[in-house]
Amino acid sequence: MEFLRPASWEEALAAKAEHPSAVPIAGGTDVMVEINFDHRRPTHLMDLNRVHELHEWEIGDETVRLGASVPYSKIIDELAHELPGLALASHTVGSPQIRNRGSVGGNLGAASPAGDSHPALLAAGAEVEAESVRGTRFIPVEDFYTGVKRNALAEDELIKRVHIKKADGPQQFSKVGTRNAMVIAVCAFGIALHPETRTVRAGIGSAAPTPLRARTAEDFLGAALEEGGLWDSGRTIPPSVAREFAELCSGACNPIDDVRGSAAYRRRAVGVMARRTLGWVWESYRATGNGRTTEGGAQCA
Amino acid sequence: MAPTTGPGRTPTQLDQGADTKGGVGESPLRPDGTLKVTGEFAYSSDMWHEDMLWGCTLRSPHAHAEIVSVDISEALEQPGVHAVLTYDDLPTEMKNYGLEIKDTPVLAHGRVRHHGEPVALVAADHPETARRAAAKIKVDYRELPVVHDEESALAKDAPLLHPDRDDDHARHVPHPNVVHRQPIVRGDAGAAARRADVIVTGEYEVGMQDQAFLGPESGLAVPAEDGGVDLYIATQWLHSDLRQIAPVLGLPEEKVRMTLSGVGGAFGGREDLSMQIHACLLALVTGKPVKIVYNRFESFFGHVHRHPAKLWYEHGATRDGKITHMKCRIVLDGGAYASASPAVVGNAASLSVGPYVVDDVEIEALALYTNNPPCGAMRGFGAVQACFAYEAQMDKLAAELGMDPVELRRRNAMSQGTLLPTGQAVDSPAPVAELLRRVKAMPLPLEAQWETVGGEPDVRALPGGLSNTTHGEGVVRGVGYAVGIKNVGFSEGFDDYSTARVRLEVVGGEPVAMVHTAMAEVGQGGITVHAQIARTELGVAQVTIHPADTQVGSAGSTSASRQTYVTGGAVQHVCRLVREQVLERGRERFGTYHPAWASAELLLEGGKVVTDGGEVLASLVDVLGDEPVEAEDEWRHRPTEAFDLKTGQGFGHVQYSFAAHRAVVEVDTELGLVKVVELACAQDVGKAMNPQAVEGQIQGGTVQGLGLAVMEEIVVDARAKVRNPSFTDYLIPTILDTPTIPVDVLELADEHAPYGLRGAGEAPTLSSTPAVLAAVRAATGRALPRVPVRPEHIVEV
Repeated sequence: MEFLRPASWEEALAAKAEHPSAVPIAGGTDVMVEINFDHRRPTHLMDLNRVHELHEWEIGDETVRLGASVPYSKIIDELAHELPGLALASHTVGSPQIRNRGSVGGNLGAASPAGDSHPALLAAGAEVEAESVRGTRFIPVEDFYTGVKRNALAEDELIKRVHIKKADGPQQFSKVGTRNAMVIAVCAFGIALHPETRTVRAGIGSAAPTPLRARTAEDFLGAALEEGGLWDSGRTIPPSVAREFAELCSGACNPIDDVRGSAAYRRRAVGVMARRTLGWVWESYRATGNGRTTEGGAQCA
Repeated sequence: MAPTTGPGRTPTQLDQGADTKGGVGESPLRPDGTLKVTGEFAYSSDMWHEDMLWGCTLRSPHAHAEIVSVDISEALEQPGVHAVLTYDDLPTEMKNYGLEIKDTPVLAHGRVRHHGEPVALVAADHPETARRAAAKIKVDYRELPVVHDEESALAKDAPLLHPDRDDDHARHVPHPNVVHRQPIVRGDAGAAARRADVIVTGEYEVGMQDQAFLGPESGLAVPAEDGGVDLYIATQWLHSDLRQIAPVLGLPEEKVRMTLSGVGGAFGGREDLSMQIHACLLALVTGKPVKIVYNRFESFFGHVHRHPAKLWYEHGATRDGKITHMKCRIVLDGGAYASASPAVVGNAASLSVGPYVVDDVEIEALALYTNNPPCGAMRGFGAVQACFAYEAQMDKLAAELGMDPVELRRRNAMSQGTLLPTGQAVDSPAPVAELLRRVKAMPLPLEAQWETVGGEPDVRALPGGLSNTTHGEGVVRGVGYAVGIKNVGFSEGFDDYSTARVRLEVVGGEPVAMVHTAMAEVGQGGITVHAQIARTELGVAQVTIHPADTQVGSAGSTSASRQTYVTGGAVQHVCRLVREQVLERGRERFGTYHPAWASAELLLEGGKVVTDGGEVLASLVDVLGDEPVEAEDEWRHRPTEAFDLKTGQGFGHVQYSFAAHRAVVEVDTELGLVKVVELACAQDVGKAMNPQAVEGQIQGGTVQGLGLAVMEEIVVDARAKVRNPSFTDYLIPTILDTPTIPVDVLELADEHAPYGLRGAGEAPTLSSTPAVLAAVRAATGRALPRVPVRPEHIVEV
């Protein structure tokens, strides 16, 4: 195995073009486990830790441009205001040591359906900035996951940044694991209210071959909120609407039975999380009036 | 975590050594404590030797298969590879090993019987080279049908795991796929059942728990010039290993010199051999030191696990809550090789009624041979499985009678003098009712601890923890109780002894005691206690603990809650022999100067020989001069006897240990997630030799029991293959899963035991699990007959 250590982003892109099978590594929390257990034996390993811009982030008017290697602990500490859902999801990743090393770029690169950041990215709205020597493209995150542990990257592309929409309303994230910390998701759920567009987005993790958006549920809820005039009135969401939203989220799942949980349980749990997190974000929205809030992210940060 | 109620202390009074600091009953610092906490302690996996090679094991990917052929040629050709060994390379006629029954092949011959069975070994100059070479060994398997449960094991045409078995149990078992079967019959359960006003039955299941010690199997074998080998190894019992290793190597035992290296936890999982023989074989063949370290994946295949069990129970009671009778059948899955299965069966059968008075019983316990992973010793073995079932039955019975579950237990609690189903009288304190009273009397933890002043919930205090699944929705509190009984020490006629060598000498102008035993310090604190005993018995401040090795006689196993009792007893006994020699020498040297030397009541205190009135006769430095005093002896507890094979009657156990728990849980009833809020424990330890250490044992055992209750299970599929051999999917409790554990320690002396002590390590593991389940049942109303309980079971999808 050859170890590549590009000193700059340009060098990294050139190396990736030259060695398309090179596996990029930053925190190593996923790749190193696979290598240590000999589950993976890449011809080239590309250490991206010298590429400093991957560790940086920038808060723009609309989005946070998050470098691929920014560790979860930074997201929790520095970005909970702009990215409350992702900050909550980051809190559920591994142990403190893992959160100091692991990154959203790594989560996207691995594209495991159980990756913790995916539901939060799907709910917030995000684009993956993929680059190669051929150029740059922006891939909407919902199009990024193409299969179990497969993503939309071309073989010469690297993830440079993720452009995540800044929260314009409350966001929540919930994850079921059979331990109270340091656990891989049995299933996970992210929700974001977008009062500016009067939409709701919901992301589901670990309950289908890929992370996915619960679009039918989103559309149903968006319509119900609109028709009921709830965005303006701030009235409580009728229980029947919350129930229907939960059922549609369950219905969006396409889970499997495995050692972590049964398909039936996953479906059930996604529904429960959908109903509860909807309640939490809506209560926040009502409480703050305009919906602009740091609710959720702040409590654990 | 301080005790919440006053400990019930009636400790044994010490005469000798009462004035010596750091002696019995105190909590001096562990000598290994700081090193372990700061990460500087050298574990067996940290060893290194000039020119050493790395060993690697090739294991079977199948649970049951015929080995058609093995081709090692390509592996041998790899640069850096020094040796590749298979069954054909074993040097003697002894090809198997085993704790009691030598049925476990050192390397598979013609057939593999479980997923992960060792087939071949490689030694190379780098661990990676060894692993890659192992992958180049070509093994042609022909898969065979698997035996994976009672039905498939006992079917008429079932494949036999060991068709030619000739062990002691072979003659009395009903089927060759039964390792051992122990019935116990006492009284007339059928007649007694007719007196019952209510009868409850239940079918229970315990999943396969793993010891999950953090230090993987590892060791270093160094070939010696005399043709022997020096083995540095993490184990629970050096001499048991030695007796199994030497015959396979074809060496006399004195040429296999073993030294204990840093042990990173054991819990029973190091009673059986793992890489010991493999490393020695590779070292002897290559003439170079060989180190083997399992990774976590291999570790799950490298040691035995807790027996999964199915248990059928029937209890009857009169309207006033008096148990009339009990019938039970306990089927334990021993997996492919016997390991400790016979002893697990004996424990399960003899303790199946729990700490209760039941005169009329019909009991059957057996262990199967299957193609599942081999199961053997794990903390509380046999008794853990039974306790889960009989305590569930107690709650069922109480519900049927409309009686408080603690009151039902109290009315049937055993006490000193109670006869066990084996006919053996419990001849030391058995404060079962008192332990229950104490845990029940503890104040309950506050409700809704997640609520904060600011309004945002503290999710760490809720089911799901940081996963943020509830802010209180669906959360219901439940409280449950359980109590258990565990035998201490090796039972059923086993000659359970320990050896100690103690030397007292003047070093640098001070009297120093050196204690040398082969006791395996596996984290339990034995070396701390040995030093305390020596200080107390010899009245000295300085005690050196010699490294544990085979240059001294056997100390028996660090298991069965026995080590402080038996090796502690040996150290006490030998210290007393040393004391007598010291006093003898003092009398010879100084007897004429003071009439008190003739007294029989002389003590060693503060480095001096004193009268029982405190008058100093001489300093130890003067008595010893430059001539050390040394003694060595074996010490054994009272003999036990085997259980009768038909009736189960017999004086099988030497001592019992009791603990009770009260569990307070909060269950997310919609998601099936559990937060254990508090696990209060009361335990009688006879004598708290080291109060801090015993509290640690109780808390550790409590958490291990919690793990079995809500998460820990090796999942084996119907093809007998392990599905989750990693810490990613074999979950053990984190600190956020660990509740507050108030501990109430009783010290009711057992007059038969040194200092009145009672083995303490296992009892808390028993009652913790059923207490948690009782609490979850109380919160959810579900029957939950299986552990670990999974979210699916709680929400019933």
